[in-house]
Amino acid sequence: MSKILIRGAKVLGGEPQDVLIDGETIAEVGAGLSAEGAEVVEAAGKVLLPGLVDLHTHLREPGREDSETVLTGTRAAASGGYTAVFAMANTFPVADTAGVVEQVWRLGQEHGYCDVQPIGAVTVGLEGKKLAELGAMHESAAGVTVFSDDGKCVDDAVIMRRALEYVKAFGGVVAQHAQEPRLTEGAQMNEGIVSAELGLGGWPAVAEESIIARDVLLAEHVGSRVHICHLSTAGSVEIVRWAKSRGIRVTAEVTPHHLLLTDELVRTYNPVYKVNPPLRTERDVHALREALADGTIDIVATDHAPHPHEDKDCEWAAAAMGMVGLETALSVVQETMVDTGLLDWAGVADRMSVKPAQIGQATGHGRPVSAGEPANLALVDTEYRGQVDPAGFASRSRNTPYQGRELPGRVTHTWLRGKATLVDGKLT
Amino acid sequence: MQRHLISAADLTRDDAVLILDTAEEMARVADRPIKKLPTLRGRTIVNLFFEDSTRTRISFEAAEKRLSADVINFTAKGSSVSKGESLKDTAQTLEAMGVDAVVIRHGASGAPYRLATSGWIDAAVINAGDGTHQHPTQALLDAFTMRRRLVGRDAGLGQDLSGKRITVVGDVLHSRVARSNVDLLHTLGAEVTLVAPPTLVPVGVETWPCEVSYDLDSTLPKSDAVMMLRVQRERMNAAFFPTEREYSRRYGLDGDRMAKMPEHAIVMHPGPMVRGMEITAEVADSERCTVVEQVANGVSIRMAVLYLLLGGNEPAVTHARTNEEK
Repeated sequence: MSKILIRGAKVLGGEPQDVLIDGETIAEVGAGLSAEGAEVVEAAGKVLLPGLVDLHTHLREPGREDSETVLTGTRAAASGGYTAVFAMANTFPVADTAGVVEQVWRLGQEHGYCDVQPIGAVTVGLEGKKLAELGAMHESAAGVTVFSDDGKCVDDAVIMRRALEYVKAFGGVVAQHAQEPRLTEGAQMNEGIVSAELGLGGWPAVAEESIIARDVLLAEHVGSRVHICHLSTAGSVEIVRWAKSRGIRVTAEVTPHHLLLTDELVRTYNPVYKVNPPLRTERDVHALREALADGTIDIVATDHAPHPHEDKDCEWAAAAMGMVGLETALSVVQETMVDTGLLDWAGVADRMSVKPAQIGQATGHGRPVSAGEPANLALVDTEYRGQVDPAGFASRSRNTPYQGRELPGRVTHTWLRGKATLVDGKLT
Repeated sequence: MQRHLISAADLTRDDAVLILDTAEEMARVADRPIKKLPTLRGRTIVNLFFEDSTRTRISFEAAEKRLSADVINFTAKGSSVSKGESLKDTAQTLEAMGVDAVVIRHGASGAPYRLATSGWIDAAVINAGDGTHQHPTQALLDAFTMRRRLVGRDAGLGQDLSGKRITVVGDVLHSRVARSNVDLLHTLGAEVTLVAPPTLVPVGVETWPCEVSYDLDSTLPKSDAVMMLRVQRERMNAAFFPTEREYSRRYGLDGDRMAKMPEHAIVMHPGPMVRGMEITAEVADSERCTVVEQVANGVSIRMAVLYLLLGGNEPAVTHARTNEEK
């Protein structure tokens, strides 16, 4: 493999340096490195980050290839600066057996745009009744370590307790979609001032918070770690903060859209804003930003949820929940966290690469940008500002809430173990 | 005024008064031997009903026919909708047949708004009730009824409902009628009080331009009109209240309670009534109850709305449109 010299990049937003990639690894980092025998990428003014890691992606394959496939989803990931994504289990069939997770894992390997680490279902068919063969999925070629019924909550306290206990045997973690099902029957949007006016079924914050409170206590009781998916309320932040102060091993993620958008947008009845958990209030948005800045929330995860056009081109109640996010995540984080002064680029690297790789045990990802490390990297033009144009997405789906919105930052290059997957904003 | 009528909250005070005044003129048509105006001759209106509602559909149909419009009735049952056709395709199919206005009733809150704003069709959209969101023509006919009874048929022309105290009782949480009425009555200067058990009041109601009370008896003496909302029996299965009897005892309107109202005060109900639940037969059949009047007024109001949205400068009504689009 040839050498690549990334010249003058601000590594993690710091002083400009040269980074030499040799084969699959970073050979050298320093000033004025020799370009001899290397392809040069001029990176003056740009920020170099470790390749991003998404702990929460829906790739839809197998079963809903009309909305996304492993190929299109990983191309979208590479476009967004990601080098590893964790694929959620709510496919058809559900990823609740070794066979399904191996299939998804192999597709990721074959396509080569991004490492795909499948997440296994906690319960058979996501039905919350019977534990799936968690050990078999862990021992499969896919090596599953993260388990989640995402899309559905593991609401039975006994099943949740058992799952938390069981995965300790192989160092796994359960990622909970916190949604008390009875409190959210028929729920369509955040319950509050806007839902009262719009006459849409309310989705109370307490439906999320009560499950999180229960699960951190369960994790403490059985000495396990638990991960909270897409935390969305100020109250959830308080519970996680309390749990961490108590020494409970809990980690939490926030999506880019919950860092930026509020339920006021639902006034348009445009289902592009329909998502689970729902968009909350301004107060929640600020609490989430602060929590991400102070580390209460560990990571940003996209909850990239592709849907075909017809599932959003309809009345609100009939529409599917979810938004695509891989190709806009870093821009939204720059807008909400960096440009607001809440987080520097090293902090972004921590929340979008280092920590998610640690939680998911993604070997070789989320590593320092230094000699000897795998060359998983993303180069970002942070000075760029432009309108989001879904027509240019690599994802098969277009259900973005940011269409036409001006956002900062653009990933120009992504390298997966030294191989460029994105060059000058174009997929290879 | 706007091109569509989606929400009572979209109407300005002048819009609303103009509609009420126009409805008074339309009501006079009903007193003629030939109850028909040529205003909408050659215009086609589709009544697109995704929910069963014989009353509202017939009311719109009567209004459309009195204005000489061509009327198409489309009900979802047994249609292509039951075979999975989307709202968008249904609407576009109808518009391709040359429809000038769509009167839509839909179970999903926001469906009329989507129809009006998504670029799917060009026709005017009139909301005939969407989910638990809005039912603006109901609010207009209620306001019309109140103005006639509380201000006067002729004295009311050009007037709003300033200072009138209106109490709305019942299942506010699931009621598009309550939402529409709160919006419109506030716009018209009335003071609105919602009365319901706390389970049937939405979280977030504190920002609505009205008062909320859990006690019916203390509110009745301060009411110029009391509007009873239908309470569906199945609500008690979801623990909104313990039993039908307890609901009736605490929030139902019977003769004793009606006696606590001021003498001039009226009892209203959007129908269909559940006698024995929210209202007793004694009250429903009393002189003070305006249920039947509301039905008649509904036709006049819908004529006025259709005329103002579609009629342009036709001379059937003397007022010209002057309001700017909001």
